[in-house]
Amino acid sequence: MISSHKSNLSLDTIRAEFPLLQQLSHGKPLVYLDSSVTSQKPRCVIEATHQYYSEQNANIHRGVYELSARATDLFEQTRVTMRAFINAQHAHEIIFTSGATASINLVAHSYGRANFKAGDEVIVSTMEHHSNIVPWQMLRDQCGIVLRVIPITDAGEIDLDAYKNLFNEKTKFVAITHASNALGTINPIKEMARIAHQHGAKILVDGAQAFPHLPVDVQDLDCDFYVLSAHKAYGPTGVGVLYGKSELLNAMPPYQGGGDMIESVSFEKTTYNKLPAKFEAGTPNIAGVIVFNEALKFLQALGMNHIAAHEQTLLSYATQQLANIPGLRIIGTAKEKVGVISFVLDDVHPHDIGTVLDSEGIAVRAGHHCAMPVMTRFNVPATVRASFGVYSTQADVDALIAGLLTVKRLFA
Amino acid sequence: MSNLRELYQEMIIDHGRHPRNFGVLADANLSKDGFNPLCGDKITLYVREDNHVIEKIQFEGSGCAISMASASLLSETLKGKTRAEAETIFAAFHQMVTEGLTEAAEATLGKLAVLGGVSEFPARVKCATLAWHTFNAALAHDTNPVCTE
Repeated sequence: MISSHKSNLSLDTIRAEFPLLQQLSHGKPLVYLDSSVTSQKPRCVIEATHQYYSEQNANIHRGVYELSARATDLFEQTRVTMRAFINAQHAHEIIFTSGATASINLVAHSYGRANFKAGDEVIVSTMEHHSNIVPWQMLRDQCGIVLRVIPITDAGEIDLDAYKNLFNEKTKFVAITHASNALGTINPIKEMARIAHQHGAKILVDGAQAFPHLPVDVQDLDCDFYVLSAHKAYGPTGVGVLYGKSELLNAMPPYQGGGDMIESVSFEKTTYNKLPAKFEAGTPNIAGVIVFNEALKFLQALGMNHIAAHEQTLLSYATQQLANIPGLRIIGTAKEKVGVISFVLDDVHPHDIGTVLDSEGIAVRAGHHCAMPVMTRFNVPATVRASFGVYSTQADVDALIAGLLTVKRLFA
Repeated sequence: MSNLRELYQEMIIDHGRHPRNFGVLADANLSKDGFNPLCGDKITLYVREDNHVIEKIQFEGSGCAISMASASLLSETLKGKTRAEAETIFAAFHQMVTEGLTEAAEATLGKLAVLGGVSEFPARVKCATLAWHTFNAALAHDTNPVCTE
């Protein structure tokens, strides 16, 4: 059933690092096919969390005592790892936030309010997650900017010609996902950034669904901002990253005011701290950031190229197997995809499919995936989505196929 | 699988696929939109009420088998009932889908008892109750959209 993979991953060894995957669900081995919504956590992350609270807990950038200095060092080490991981030029270009959503909101409110005026245009795409639509709409309602939307093709790919045609002298910004959470499509970011820059616009890339699954080099992509969430990359919830080119971040006003982000405060005048502290007001998720370093090292040890190859093997296997089920339609058939497959089956509603699969121990997402415009574009109320991670196996896919045959029997 | 069969009884699959009283009710004097934002189920319920009697109910919408079957069965069950009777049935229905079917409630619920399996699937209670909350809001002339969140 499980053929040997071309990559050098030993799946059994990797799976053994994820304690949660060993459990039963409804009396059956858990088949976790929802890594796009959040990944499971390896032992190194779980143990580092325990170790942090047992041995290292202190506030950072504050204490003169050794414990605080050590926590500060550990916190800053994650920034250094993260810089190398996405090949940012400087560690201070890495801002820790509470997640990709918070990172986008930071850029919309700080960069947007400082740089956009009424009538300026921001380009987003039809395949954006709500978190890369709503912050721009909120800004529109506050500043009078205009949102322009890139259409997508029937395969679920960006219509590049339409994208080029959206630019005019009022275009200031492009906010685009690197990989679609609902369709799996990997967008041609490098090309899209080049086009945006040709027109003098800046580009923000939502990397939440791409960063855990493929090598990311922000300098090669030449994006101005790149955002991601730790919890989708085997790290803890409540931690995200905003990467921004330092000249942009330096010129941006702070987003939130508070401790740590200031140089000096009097009631007459406050001066702000330098990067990255300027954007990290208040006590952050210290434990989360510190243990995220373990997740990054875990990914580095596996190698992002190998992870991508493993997930591509699974994606093509699952695509073939699903295509054999009569009445099954895959939504999102782009040439370049991450390990995400959205589909509908006959006239059975995705929630009913989700419930049946759950009873077989199979966890998938059923719904609109926080991407309602994608559902509208493909004229479906919802889809079922299976998504892969480093620990996913062909046996997981086989279980999904068997579960879908049960659905067909039940709803025959 | 036995729980699943209990949930997806033939009548539910039938009503889910071929909902009764589906479509706009031209002479409705009450109507209401209901929405389940988590899963996207939506429904518009039309009611013709005269002298506190529910003369007719129709609905439009899209959603899972449970939500559509529940709306369909609601439209059949509440037709001809008084407001007071509808309230009693709703109370029994709500108790059934959250806590399970009791013998005492069977007479009140009639056909609706096929939805008793929902109580084993807490994630699906909102699907089963969407039409019912929408019906209540329609009768109460509630101007806020019905939302199960």
